[in-house]
Amino acid sequence: MTEYLTLSLILFTIGAVGVLLRRNAIVVFMCIELMLNATNLAFVSFSRQHGNLDGQVAAFFVMVVAAAEVVVGLAIIVSIYRTRRSTSIDDASLLKS
Amino acid sequence: MTAFWMLAPLMVVAALGLVFLRNAVHAALCLAVVMISLAVLYAAQDAPFLFAVQIIVYTGAIMMLFLFVLMLVGVDVSDSVQETIKGQRLIATVLGLGFGIVAVLAIGQTVTAATVGLDGANSNGNTWGLAQLLFNKYVLAFEFTSALLITAALGAMVLAHKERLSKAPTQAALAAQRMRDYAESGRHPGNAPTPGVFARHNAVDTPALLPDGTPLIDSISQSIIARGQVREGYDDDLDDLLAQIEGADSDTDEEGDEK
Repeated sequence: MTEYLTLSLILFTIGAVGVLLRRNAIVVFMCIELMLNATNLAFVSFSRQHGNLDGQVAAFFVMVVAAAEVVVGLAIIVSIYRTRRSTSIDDASLLKS
Repeated sequence: MTAFWMLAPLMVVAALGLVFLRNAVHAALCLAVVMISLAVLYAAQDAPFLFAVQIIVYTGAIMMLFLFVLMLVGVDVSDSVQETIKGQRLIATVLGLGFGIVAVLAIGQTVTAATVGLDGANSNGNTWGLAQLLFNKYVLAFEFTSALLITAALGAMVLAHKERLSKAPTQAALAAQRMRDYAESGRHPGNAPTPGVFARHNAVDTPALLPDGTPLIDSISQSIIARGQVREGYDDDLDDLLAQIEGADSDTDEEGDEK
């Protein structure tokens, strides 16, 4: 149980650091997916710990929401790429100046 | 626990690869490794339904969508190394490490009750148990997810739809434009010559030669120019070739003498 949670936390931390470090919007998105997957692992582990399936249902809903989020997010990235010819998150700074 | 100890190091390495590999496609493959390993861990934790869903939805659909968009956007779009906020990389690493250490220590020090296990809850099968919960306790949330999925599909269509701002030019208009360009700027109205025309090689990386002997860079495919694989200047090439030919001649002469 503790091992699974530790692995989940390590993956979550790596995903969070990736979001902060990477510049490519698609890779940032993949790091967010890694964080979502890490929480799913925690959900499934807790489900086994408590002996009921609510945790697995929660993980299932996380997957559904993640799928919807990826579809919309990638569409946004594609439309930004179309106008700016770049997927770097540093380039999308229109509101800055 | 065997599956866990075999997969956990692999997953951590692959996750680190996702963060540190420069090429976005390599990062995506690392993420696929993490997701498949997670599916196996679900199977090891009495969640066969989530095991199947993880493989079908995540590695099957979502990863393919990522790779598809990567191909659409262009694989050669490399990550810039320059920092826009000073010291951001260092601060992010320190914050991330701090968060990770604190969270792992907190998990290590919590006291958890003995693991109950899912044998009781899965007595009629895991899928049956999940269906019982989904269609009784969580039926409202389940209905909302259908609304969410439809909204997401519509949103993606609206966002990714490319609106044509002007009418598509007809063939006649294109031809008239070509002639106008020729009259105004002298741009050649016909097709550009294929690579290698009148040049020493007929390979695709050799520009065609104009009548005055200068290479015409337009005859080379744009992607070869982008990769920097165009043969440089015709004159240098000629000198090199001449040296090669003369060298070969003297070699064959020597061989002939020996014979």
